[in-house]
Amino acid sequence: MTTHEPHAHAAPQGFLRKYIFSLDHKIIGIQYFFLALVAVFAGMFLSLLMRIHLVWPNASLPFFGQIKPETYLSLLTMHGTIMVFFVLTTAPQGGFGNYFLPIQIGAPDMAFPVLNMLSFWTTFLGFLVLLAAFFVTGGAPLHGWTGYAPLSALPSAGPGEGLGADLWIISIAIFCIGALMGALNFITTTLDMRAKGMTLMRMPLTCWAWFITAILGLLAFGVLLSAGILLLMDRNLGTSFFVPLGTVNGVLTGHKGGSPLLWQHLFWFFGHPEVYIAILPAMGLCSQLLSVFSRKPIFGYKAMVYAIMAIGFLGFMVWGHHMFMSGMSPYSAFAFSIMTMGIGVPSAIKTFNWLGTLWRGRIRFSSPMLFAIGFVSLFVVGGISGPFLAQPVLDIYLHETYFVIAHFHLIMGVASIFGIFAATYYWFPKMFGRMMNETLGKAHFWLTFVGAYAIFMPMHYYGMAGGLRRYSQGTEVAWINSLAPIQKFISIAAFVTIASQFIFLINLLWSMKKGEKAADNPWEATTLEWTTATPPPHDNFGGVTPVVHNGPYEYSVPGAPRDFVMQTDAPVTAKH
Amino acid sequence: MGLVLLVVIWLITLIGSYFIVAKTWWLPVGASAAAAGIDHHFTVTYILMGGVFIAAQLALGWFAWKYRDRGTGSQPAQYSHGNTTLEAVWTILTIILFIGLNLASKSIWASERFDAAKPGAVQVEVTGMQFAWYFRYAGPDGKFGATKPELEDASLGGAGALGLDSTDPASKDDVISGVMVVPVNREIEVILRSHDVIHSFFVPAMRFKQDTVPGLAIHMHFTPIQTGDFEIACAELCGLGHYKMHGIVKVVSEPEFNQWLAAREAEK
Repeated sequence: MTTHEPHAHAAPQGFLRKYIFSLDHKIIGIQYFFLALVAVFAGMFLSLLMRIHLVWPNASLPFFGQIKPETYLSLLTMHGTIMVFFVLTTAPQGGFGNYFLPIQIGAPDMAFPVLNMLSFWTTFLGFLVLLAAFFVTGGAPLHGWTGYAPLSALPSAGPGEGLGADLWIISIAIFCIGALMGALNFITTTLDMRAKGMTLMRMPLTCWAWFITAILGLLAFGVLLSAGILLLMDRNLGTSFFVPLGTVNGVLTGHKGGSPLLWQHLFWFFGHPEVYIAILPAMGLCSQLLSVFSRKPIFGYKAMVYAIMAIGFLGFMVWGHHMFMSGMSPYSAFAFSIMTMGIGVPSAIKTFNWLGTLWRGRIRFSSPMLFAIGFVSLFVVGGISGPFLAQPVLDIYLHETYFVIAHFHLIMGVASIFGIFAATYYWFPKMFGRMMNETLGKAHFWLTFVGAYAIFMPMHYYGMAGGLRRYSQGTEVAWINSLAPIQKFISIAAFVTIASQFIFLINLLWSMKKGEKAADNPWEATTLEWTTATPPPHDNFGGVTPVVHNGPYEYSVPGAPRDFVMQTDAPVTAKH
Repeated sequence: MGLVLLVVIWLITLIGSYFIVAKTWWLPVGASAAAAGIDHHFTVTYILMGGVFIAAQLALGWFAWKYRDRGTGSQPAQYSHGNTTLEAVWTILTIILFIGLNLASKSIWASERFDAAKPGAVQVEVTGMQFAWYFRYAGPDGKFGATKPELEDASLGGAGALGLDSTDPASKDDVISGVMVVPVNREIEVILRSHDVIHSFFVPAMRFKQDTVPGLAIHMHFTPIQTGDFEIACAELCGLGHYKMHGIVKVVSEPEFNQWLAAREAEK
């Protein structure tokens, strides 16, 4: 264990240094959280417009008027990009990771506070650049969040592929730089700044998840950054990394010799680990919550740690499963397929252990716990469609259908969002010193849980029947047109679910001002953030350096005075 | 609250599974030789994964209810850090299930994609461009004429759209069509190309899908076993007209096919 200097920076006084350009990981965490909050409502608004357009194509909509096919494609591109980068990557890691990783390992701050501040403001800049794409000539790009070349490389390939596409790439490149800085910080902090007694195997699973996620980020975002720069060069400097000889509308593009598949390889080398960047923190958090609220140690702590590592490691060997139909070698497809089925194994281990944690517990149904249980349910339903898509034979039919949309929305979108919700309800008291309203929390859970199923379950059926994604209208193809009633059902379910998110927003904002005052440890949990004041002081532990004696999940220890043993309590051995 | 969770999770599981078992929305009837094998593997995967889905959801709902905190009279939670034997059993079972499932489908994938079309297959070149499909037949000489990007002009349609080089003798007898006409029960070798961006040639009834990539000529094959018209749709986002880039595979008897080809040849 490394000893380190006392907290490097004193508590700042001025408003600007305290709240805007703060070096405090807690303020930066909250900044990330609110950035993600703005982004998630923006992304959700875009999906609302898409859902309206799919069912009522002639409706006139706010900001966009009557949606043209190319506008629909811009909406889906921006929806995906905002959600993946500025919500699913930003909130769990940048937001909650920033706030709670240092506290949970007993550190006074991140290892590099200035870098931490820079990574937030870089990410923020990236978000502004992305939104700017809506306002330039031609509008936002229509090439989808995956930006497949040559569509994304040729300004002549469609509206939005001009300046809008450049801004899209620049935004992602800026985001990558912010994410790389963040990843370095997380890794260094975890390795170097743990308190005395906080061995790696005593870290809460949340910390393990943030740590492995940071390693994935470090390896993945560098590749995406490079790919983005190459794509910018193809677009603006006349290079041909991704564009072969060809024409658009009979006009020669002026490129030759490039490989469209190269973009896909580079993109998915980032893109698949990105799925785990989004979901691993949620896995760590829900493991934590299931243990806290079942009042039971996590089932198979070591197995959980190894499963996170295995997922992280295998996550880099499966990117080709996005490319089974791309023209990649069918032998590669088979190899990628085996690895992909392999990554299902640690995911199944985790599910098994979550159920094992509930088994013979004494479950308390607070809002964070409901979202954690909801997470398990959604993780299962989103997970079991994986082995369909992982088999090239079935992917022949399912690739690019709504079956894929259902799969990745459930597992990477909704399950991760449930992790974010659970984290918000769970840590809000520590962050803001007040409790969130439980009644509103439960109402929000039920509407969102049932709503998510109502939206995404039917998408499986739509995909099974051959319904294709990224179609602004299903009217032109007979077999897709016949599935219109499913789309209508999905849209109505989406409207209700979207509306119920305002319950969350109101609860959040109202509770910050008016919520019941929170105790230091309202959930009777064991990890270090609950040993300190609420909200924590500038250096997290008020000048005291915590010393850790116990594992993170010592609940219902026989013979202990309470049904939980804090990590800093005197070492306790169970008396049977 | 535990009971509500149980009821809701079980109901969702029941309703979700019902539509799968009832096949309310399902794959269209297969019309190619490979369809039966693929569909069979689909069903096997559904049964196995559906079993996992139902078991996990039922257990989740059951545990949430059964192990709820019942207040002061409640049993304390069990102090246990897990069970290594159970963990190992579960891991091994999952490995067998997932990898076994995958290996079981290998032979279908191999016959679809490892093996090239057999000699004597009917060759059709499929070209995607924003936002149309063109189909080309080599004609009596069995050779496709050269095409050149600089000659492409979509407004001309047919040979002009494909950029067919009329100075190449092999191009003289090439037949170009907007509908893909093929004979039944013959292996069709498709040569997939694109002019501009990536498209994807998807014929659900044939259980066939393959991206068409500019710069590549991808050789694939399928064997229609049923006559009729089958819809084609583009399955890879290719721009604003993506949703209307569709077409028809018209599967006819072999004599009809030969007749059609000869008639098109005569028109030239």
